[in-house]
Amino acid sequence: MARAELMDFDQALELFEPVMGFEVHVELNTKTKMFSDAPNVFGSEPNTNITPTCLGLPGSLPVVNAQAIRYSISLGLALGCSIAQTSRFARKNYFYPDTPKNYQISQYDEPIAFEGSVDVELSDGRVVSVPIERAHMEEDAGKLTHVGGSTGRIQGAEYSLVDYNRAGVPLVEIVTKPIYGAEHSSPELAKAYVSTIRDIVVSLGISDARMERGNLRCDANVSLRPRAAAGEPAAPLGTRTETKNVNSLRSVERAVRYEIQRQAAILAAGGSITQETRHWHEDTGTTSAGRPKSDADDYRYFPEPDLLPVVPSAELIDELRAALPEPPAVRRRRLKGEWGFSDLEFQDIANSGLLVEVSETVAAGATPAAARKWWTGEIARLANAAGTDAASLVTPTQVAELAALIDDGTLTDRLARQVLEGVVAGEGSPAEVVASRGLAVVSDDGALIAAIDEALAAQPDVLAKIKDGKVQAAGAVIGAVMKAMKGQADAARVRELVLERAAATES
Amino acid sequence: MSDDILRLSAAELGERLAAHEISSVEATQASLDRIAAVDGGVHAFLHVAADDAIAAAADVDSRRASGEKLGPLAGVPIAIKDVLVTEGMPTTAGSRILEGWIPPYDATTVRLVREAGMVPLGKTNMDEFAMGSSTEHSAFGATHNPWALDRIPGGSGGGSAAAVAAFEAPIALGSDTGGSIRQPAHVTGTVGVKPTYGAVSRYGAIAMASSLDQIGPVSRTVLDAALLHDIIGKHDHHDSTSLRDRWPSMAEAVRTADVDGLRIGVIRQLDGEGFQQGVLDSFHAALDLLEGAGAHIVEVNTPNFEYAISAYYLIMPAEASSNLAKFDSVRFGLRVTPEGGGTVEDVMSATRDAGFGSEVKRRIILGTYALSAGYYDAYYGSAQKVRTLVQRDFDAAFAHVDVLASPTAPTTAFKLGEKLSDPMAMYLNDIATIPANLAGVPGISLPAGLAAEDGLPVGIQFLAPARADARLYTVGAALEKLLEEQWGGRLLDQAPDLTQLIAAQEGAR
Repeated sequence: MARAELMDFDQALELFEPVMGFEVHVELNTKTKMFSDAPNVFGSEPNTNITPTCLGLPGSLPVVNAQAIRYSISLGLALGCSIAQTSRFARKNYFYPDTPKNYQISQYDEPIAFEGSVDVELSDGRVVSVPIERAHMEEDAGKLTHVGGSTGRIQGAEYSLVDYNRAGVPLVEIVTKPIYGAEHSSPELAKAYVSTIRDIVVSLGISDARMERGNLRCDANVSLRPRAAAGEPAAPLGTRTETKNVNSLRSVERAVRYEIQRQAAILAAGGSITQETRHWHEDTGTTSAGRPKSDADDYRYFPEPDLLPVVPSAELIDELRAALPEPPAVRRRRLKGEWGFSDLEFQDIANSGLLVEVSETVAAGATPAAARKWWTGEIARLANAAGTDAASLVTPTQVAELAALIDDGTLTDRLARQVLEGVVAGEGSPAEVVASRGLAVVSDDGALIAAIDEALAAQPDVLAKIKDGKVQAAGAVIGAVMKAMKGQADAARVRELVLERAAATES
Repeated sequence: MSDDILRLSAAELGERLAAHEISSVEATQASLDRIAAVDGGVHAFLHVAADDAIAAAADVDSRRASGEKLGPLAGVPIAIKDVLVTEGMPTTAGSRILEGWIPPYDATTVRLVREAGMVPLGKTNMDEFAMGSSTEHSAFGATHNPWALDRIPGGSGGGSAAAVAAFEAPIALGSDTGGSIRQPAHVTGTVGVKPTYGAVSRYGAIAMASSLDQIGPVSRTVLDAALLHDIIGKHDHHDSTSLRDRWPSMAEAVRTADVDGLRIGVIRQLDGEGFQQGVLDSFHAALDLLEGAGAHIVEVNTPNFEYAISAYYLIMPAEASSNLAKFDSVRFGLRVTPEGGGTVEDVMSATRDAGFGSEVKRRIILGTYALSAGYYDAYYGSAQKVRTLVQRDFDAAFAHVDVLASPTAPTTAFKLGEKLSDPMAMYLNDIATIPANLAGVPGISLPAGLAAEDGLPVGIQFLAPARADARLYTVGAALEKLLEEQWGGRLLDQAPDLTQLIAAQEGAR
């Protein structure tokens, strides 16, 4: 694949105004699927969580999941949307083997929620209001695995496998209106917007929101239009591309930046942008052309005759409105106060998109300081090295467990970092890694004293210095003991014991 | 003995079973023997599940012997239209594309008849995916009318109607999207009921047009239809369009039938031009009998019925084009790989090309066109408006009358092959039955007599307001009683001897 020409980002912004739009798919964590009573569970053996309806077997029919309706209304309300008194499902007809019926049940011209906005905070403290066009319910497709090709894509594959466990998982698709005026902050806003949506669905408890598992997926639309000279009317919107399935916060930011630079280079060279979907490549940080997409794609939508319209009662909407959690901005202010962080410390968390992780780690029992330290420190470092989001490496529960092991003296910080590596490598929970790698601090004084006595005997000159009151000389003995213990000892306790043993030794 | 069992209605058979005079195994074996004897000439069945049927019958017999309380049709054999999926029993909907497919689950209606102790004999022939009025569009060959083997048994449910008319089964299940239960009843001298839309679960019925399809009983008497209706007319949480009504007993409506004071509206638009004289004569003779029993006969106008067929032939193909998209070879059914292999799209395309018959393809193409961007409003949109107007015609009519009446179809059974090359002529067969599907109201067809010019059966149709299915059984049972008194028995008693017809046909070859 030839690498596309890119224009310098600042130069691109001088010449063009970026306009963005996002479609975020949220998988709801209902017990069962959108239209059948098959379990909605991630990670099972392929094609085990299925019913005749999930497979689109002849004669099967869909039935709407009431919980999914409630979750969708809650989400719509949290996005500041109006809730439709009557909304309707429609069939979106297209042939693809991951779509069991060869149509997707979605909502078309009558979505459940419409016309809202979401306040998104940028790192410089600016708050941007992102306009929401609609949020509608639909069913997820199955998962295709293409076997035999080098790319994992369908092109060049020998055959493909289909897992219908995901077919029919409830989705809400949140569609923004075009977002103008973000300018240099466009990539950052893209990431902050998706991060905010993630905060919202997590605080509502309606999705696991694990981007690496596809619980939250973002399609990013980007177009550029030339800057109008002073006094001139604004140019019409440019042709957009839709970068699909950008599945980490970090990638959302990079993909938008990349598309701005790529499109600017083409336009500046007199070329034109093809309206198409584009695939994001995490490894190279680039996008490549997908299928051409025109506004006239004909999905032959028509009202789904197997389902009745969704008509939520005013009481239900009121009940769900009353139960809404606080808005993200309010929540941030509250958490910052509760955690006692400085502005800088809090921004550090928020800008990394780690608010959810830190708050869940605190909820799981860690101190705010420990939670912040691990997420923005070691875990962020490992994520950066792996080119992924911190959230994809470990869970808040695991981090809280790690912190607890430090607090109770089982681990030192240094040992904890090794345990963390084990957890990230998939070796199990922190306690399991401690056990399997044998990483616990040696707290048995007997073992330490034996090692200390040996070290003191080996370094009589040091012993003499200590007995002379030159306490700092103890460092050499402590080092030797820590080495003998393979680092699995609490250095402070070793120091105490060294001084004790030295004083007690006959010279 | 065996012949006597076969001539019993389902209700009569149920009583004999309850009285331990006959065993279900005997009754089932009698049906299986009859099928073996005559189905070579009738071809009502696509699959006969003899061993399973005998096993199910033996099970009911042993439950009855142990004193278990069973329903009125327990132990009665039943034929099942091949549009309903049956666990462990092949289900094709009359199409090559499903040949050999064994469903892993039962349709709700099939489950309910099994739970009622009824004994499924097998699956009956039908036009492919229920698209047709003659069974000639079955991928597995046409069914022959037991009254005249060179004539159509109606469609799409010609197999169920012929099985019942040929005494191969006492009763059957059918499906009705535009008349597929009622029109076969009309041409075979049997009874067929399309219940109110939503009264019977569609779960497990292979969909043609979801907003029109409805499952219902096919029988030889009105009481039999009512008894089966009571078994299958239950709310089903697997079908979102299933009604939650508490229904009155249809069988009770039959037993207390009285038409004194009943207001019957004769649909002017379905009484005259385009209808065979013998059909109209039988229809009016039946109305006279009802009038003599105290019913008030009035004429009603339904001006929008004129557009019903046009609207139907947009809505039905539109929904069918989407419903039939799932037949793509990926998860079940036929798979045809083009020579030299190909992409998944190539395989889907080759499979659908080889697996679907011409009428199915015609309707998929029509429906795809009607839903296409730029045409949707003119076709599908307009058709939905007509549908609303047809519903208003019914509302206006039912403000003045209790039930509506018309001949069930314009002609008696036509010859096999006669209309096969003229789809429009074939579609016009459903002119009287389609409005009920568009409006979701219930309808019954029962025998009204024989047409003087050809001696073939004629049916009369009654329609009732949505949810008033019981009225169909009231008026149907009353008329049936009056007619049988006149005939001195059932209309089917006048049918020619089927074994002789078959022998004559074989002799002619």
